[in-house]
Amino acid sequence: MKFVTSAAPHVIAGYTVPRVMFQVLLALVPAGVAHVALFGPGLLLQIAVASVTALVCEAAALRWRDRDVRPALRDGSVLVTAFLLAFSVTPLLPWWLTVLGTAVAVLLGKHAFGGLGQNPFNPAMVGYAVLLVSFPVEMTRWPVPLDAGGAHGWGELARLTLNAFYGGEPGAGWDGYTGATALDSIRTGLEMRYTMGELLARDQIVGAVGARGFEWINLAALAGGLYLLARGIVRWHIPVAVLAGLLVPAFVAHALDPGAHLGPMVQACSGATMLGAFFIATDPVSAATSDRGRLWYGAGVGFVTWIVRSWGGYPDGFAFAVLLMNLAVPLLDRYTVPRIHGRTR
Amino acid sequence: MASARHAFPAGLVLDAHKRHALEAPIVPLPAPASVVLALDQGSGSVLEPVVAVGQDVALGAIVARAIDPFGATLHASVSGRVKAIETRESASEFGECVCIELANDGRDALEPGLRRQEALTLEPPELVERLREAGIAGLGGAAFPTATKLAAARERGARRLLLNGAECEPWICCDDAVMRAEAGEIVFGARVLMRALDAVECVIAVEDDKPEAIEALRQALATTDAGGVAVDVVPAVYPRGAERQLISAVMGVEVPARGLPAEVGLTCQNVATAAAVARWARTGEPCLSRVVTVTGSGVARPVNVRARLGTPIAALVAAAGGYRGDPLRLIAGGSMTGRALTSDEVGLTKAINCVLVATREDLAPRLDAYELPCIRCGDCATVCPPGLLPQQLHRAVLAGQDEAAVTLGVWECIDCGCCDYVCPSQIPLALRFREARARLRDREAATARAAVARERFERHEHRLQEAALAEQQAFDAARALARGSGDQGAT
Repeated sequence: MKFVTSAAPHVIAGYTVPRVMFQVLLALVPAGVAHVALFGPGLLLQIAVASVTALVCEAAALRWRDRDVRPALRDGSVLVTAFLLAFSVTPLLPWWLTVLGTAVAVLLGKHAFGGLGQNPFNPAMVGYAVLLVSFPVEMTRWPVPLDAGGAHGWGELARLTLNAFYGGEPGAGWDGYTGATALDSIRTGLEMRYTMGELLARDQIVGAVGARGFEWINLAALAGGLYLLARGIVRWHIPVAVLAGLLVPAFVAHALDPGAHLGPMVQACSGATMLGAFFIATDPVSAATSDRGRLWYGAGVGFVTWIVRSWGGYPDGFAFAVLLMNLAVPLLDRYTVPRIHGRTR
Repeated sequence: MASARHAFPAGLVLDAHKRHALEAPIVPLPAPASVVLALDQGSGSVLEPVVAVGQDVALGAIVARAIDPFGATLHASVSGRVKAIETRESASEFGECVCIELANDGRDALEPGLRRQEALTLEPPELVERLREAGIAGLGGAAFPTATKLAAARERGARRLLLNGAECEPWICCDDAVMRAEAGEIVFGARVLMRALDAVECVIAVEDDKPEAIEALRQALATTDAGGVAVDVVPAVYPRGAERQLISAVMGVEVPARGLPAEVGLTCQNVATAAAVARWARTGEPCLSRVVTVTGSGVARPVNVRARLGTPIAALVAAAGGYRGDPLRLIAGGSMTGRALTSDEVGLTKAINCVLVATREDLAPRLDAYELPCIRCGDCATVCPPGLLPQQLHRAVLAGQDEAAVTLGVWECIDCGCCDYVCPSQIPLALRFREARARLRDREAATARAAVARERFERHEHRLQEAALAEQQAFDAARALARGSGDQGAT
């Protein structure tokens, strides 16, 4: 009897990239629910626009590059990019900016470098950074979260969101409902020589553990992140290192000068901290690849985030920290190759 | 560096699939009507036949000898006539090699002179040479000549013996069956091997998923005088049985990269090899048969059989109740490292420890694998036993960066396939690394050939110059002589 041959190993576990990507999307659900409950339906609109744009751009780029379109669309990676961008931008962002940011992320951040697996930078953060430096006003206008006395109820917030989404001009009614994020206003407040105590007392910026509104999103993102850890989709090195890189300096600085620095608890539960530590910095393509390299990489992301939050000119430094450390990855990869069994070094 | 890796963080816990074949004892298979003895028995070294077509040979007579230290002497596994010596499909690396076909005359007429050995009193170097003559080779799957390993160990003063009974790969359970049935023989074989090494210590390492084998070995040790032999139970993790991995797990030392176990004072042999040594010592019988697992969803009754070398795989499958369902692959070895065969007419070799007849049920995700680009998730690195970064190695190999590939450990890759197993992009990493090694070997060979050619050319040039110089000098001398005489004539 004759047989066909094939190369060993003849069995594999059958893990797939789509499985990885859809687990990531699933783990975003708690943070999404918190986001929508506190900031209105804007996130859902952003996700819808970003996803459609991302899929269209991905398909178009693959056509131009003469690649198979169908399997690449099914791998889910471009949806993760779209979701992360949607989570990063303000829910009040006009739709055409979301389209622009997503197109930049997919076309410039990903396909210009060769598509899946080839991009040196985190595509979602490329899109975010381009939007932030080009449209700083639109990008930093957040709704005041419902639990901080923003709009009178979710319905009003929804109307406001739709108005902003279609590019409506900020009217007189907007003032009480929108503003900078907590991290942003604390930073500008400190620059204007307010004390931390005054700032924290003002406007109920800070809730139980972190920036009002954001604290719940961060806790929900932490829950999703722990789910990813438990399922083995991400490993502990990057999230732990990011949190250590951010919180250790925050703790030290706060202990030395509590009047000028936010404490580690507020840092951990404000801005993009948890989403960034578990979902953004953990993008394996643009992160360092060995365990030791990932510890350095994560610590760098956390530390640069702390620097930008403390002294930088932007509300949250996470995107820039990630992009900066993406640049350092080839170097990290070169110097963190583990010792091979049987070699002396 | 002796950083012990007892914990063995890498590797995989896989479905063993061994239970069915172990339900019944080993079935002795009758000698087939003809045997096909491949001249590459699996170690990669091709033997030289010492018989001719038409010649009659006795059972146990030598039919082929090694031309390098990597081949083991091959004997007639039946008595009868040499029917053919020709290239056939085989289980060797390139899918075919020269084979000797013997027609069995059914008489099992024994080669005269094969007799019981006083193995425990022979001088060790003599013992090693007799083991070489007996064609004893590693029955764990590599078919590496035992005598060569022993000689290398003696040369380096390696005095510790490790018997490998880990048998970590899915489906394969012939060693387990041998340990259950012939534990006493294994212990006796261990003592013979210890004698050959002047060894004082022997550890038999068995994975903890084989309690019956462990019990049998312990009983054998309790009832015989076997000083220095001990059983060590190790957790079942694939690829625990890989030589380097087993050594670091049991002995807590690392074999130097591209070095030999003898360099850390060790020799590793398979338990079935020890049993074959015992068989030879008791009866004089050279390596003529082996125990092999015939299993997979594609056979009716998985079973372990003892069969003569050269028995066609088809006869082994028949012993397991024949094919069942829709067999898609015929694999010599287990599911992780086994080699897929083209035909079931291939003869059993010393290296084939398992015949896996695999159906879609056994192969499914691999059959439907769709390769995507690497996303650098690093899951491969977490399971890689030698601690490589397969994702980085793959990148270097794809880019044709040979130096980077060597730095990243392409030679240290043990071809276990763990990286393939977990890769979410379903990249055939082990195959890529195998191809890279083949390419590097070719290139090294080409470089060596080029160096020889250059040297030959330079010598040739040098000789021409020498000759030209000599001619010139002779001419100059003659002219000087002529001038001299002319001058003389003029004055």
